[in-house]
Amino acid sequence: MCTLEKLGNLFILTITGEDQHRLNPARIDAIRSALDRVRADPGSHSSSALITTAQGKFFSNGFDLDWAHSSPDRFGLMSSKLRALIIELLCFPMPTIAAVTGHASAAGLVLVLAHDYLLMRKDRGFLYMSETDIGLKIPSSAMALIKSKIGDPMTRRDVILKAAKITGKEAVERKIVHGGYDSAEETLKGAISLGQELAKRGWDGQVYSQNRMSLFKDVLDEYDLKNTNRVLSKI
Amino acid sequence: MEVCTLEKRGNLFILTLTGEDEHRLNPTRIDGIRSALNRIRSDSTSQTGSVLITTAQGKFFSNGYDLAWAGSSPEKIRLMSSKLRELVADLISFPMPTIAAVTGHACAAGFILALSHDYVVMRKDRGFLYMSEMDIGLKIPAWFVAVISSKIGDAMVRREVLMEAKKLTAKEAVKRGILHAAFDSAEETVTAAVELGEKLVKRRWDGEVYSENRKGLYKEILEKLGADETTDDLKNVAIASSKM
Repeated sequence: MCTLEKLGNLFILTITGEDQHRLNPARIDAIRSALDRVRADPGSHSSSALITTAQGKFFSNGFDLDWAHSSPDRFGLMSSKLRALIIELLCFPMPTIAAVTGHASAAGLVLVLAHDYLLMRKDRGFLYMSETDIGLKIPSSAMALIKSKIGDPMTRRDVILKAAKITGKEAVERKIVHGGYDSAEETLKGAISLGQELAKRGWDGQVYSQNRMSLFKDVLDEYDLKNTNRVLSKI
Repeated sequence: MEVCTLEKRGNLFILTLTGEDEHRLNPTRIDGIRSALNRIRSDSTSQTGSVLITTAQGKFFSNGYDLAWAGSSPEKIRLMSSKLRELVADLISFPMPTIAAVTGHACAAGFILALSHDYVVMRKDRGFLYMSEMDIGLKIPAWFVAVISSKIGDAMVRREVLMEAKKLTAKEAVKRGILHAAFDSAEETVTAAVELGEKLVKRRWDGEVYSENRKGLYKEILEKLGADETTDDLKNVAIASSKM
């Protein structure tokens, strides 16, 4: 479901396949497993960066609602696995870059927002909190994450209440993403270039992780302290 | 005495504060508005794909609390505060998008009322937005600050609004990211609100879901609506009554 590649000091996690990369337990587990492998790499403790990207038209279109098939247990399982993944990313011991090469919706957008730097293609694809359109409540954890990453009240309102479909160009203008590129390839190139710049800063992974956790303390609190402690014990 | 009218136009509910006066937020007016909101909620067609537009007749959207009515009575001031907080809670949990079509001055509590809507549009030919408290010598309650902070993101603009008591025209307010858009007259403002409302109606959002997501978005406001620490401050109450 995903590949992990090492490029110098950079770790590139690619969500594979031409499908919608729905976040079901199997895909989430695969991503977390890749993150484990990054953390276990002896070269990852300083001067590193993680780039998360995807093949095909979709970065991720959110939860696998078909798989959940109106089973509250299955939906609960996906929710809880996503929460654990988001906590891991917020605690990750190196800068993280999402190279958004396709649509990111709902839980898929939450996954993108859990990264430090967002780079996106401008030629196609959009960011979309679809929940209000589908009739779903946005969980307080996701709400806290969105608010911590999007400061402008009107943009927050458009993303959360208007379920706006935001193109890469708009996402740059509205300060949701940090950079926009002309194609998927250019976006990944931009991510690698940024990753190399960040890696050169020689930051200690533990310190980076602690500082990010302080910055996003309120968000982590919403994501459930129990989970946070379990993740911390792994670092 | 009717303080407002409620009109249904397709799936749009248009609440108009009536009269040529300052539309001061006294208990009677607030009760009238809340009663109209209740009537909307009990309309069976309002549960999906509806929109509320709040507007006003005359030169004022609302000039704030009715300090003249409150006089030197702390109980009256507490009552107004408590009712306004309940109204804002109603608006934040309202089961449909809300648009304030600001067709006149919106000051102090009146400004807060406008900001408690999802979208705020205003006329640019006259009228201003103004948090007058600093100029009158009144303390601004924490819950007002929560509304301002949730709706105005720029720190410098927040300072201008709260600490500088700046009188902002609609044009200035659009530039500062406070207003969605501004229009050449009161009529055009309402027309624009109706157009926006019709676009939102087409999304056919479920009212309950919309309400839940809005409550999550404005959680920080809801958390502060339970109290108003300024109404217990006797000095503040005395200042308020002396300004009538």
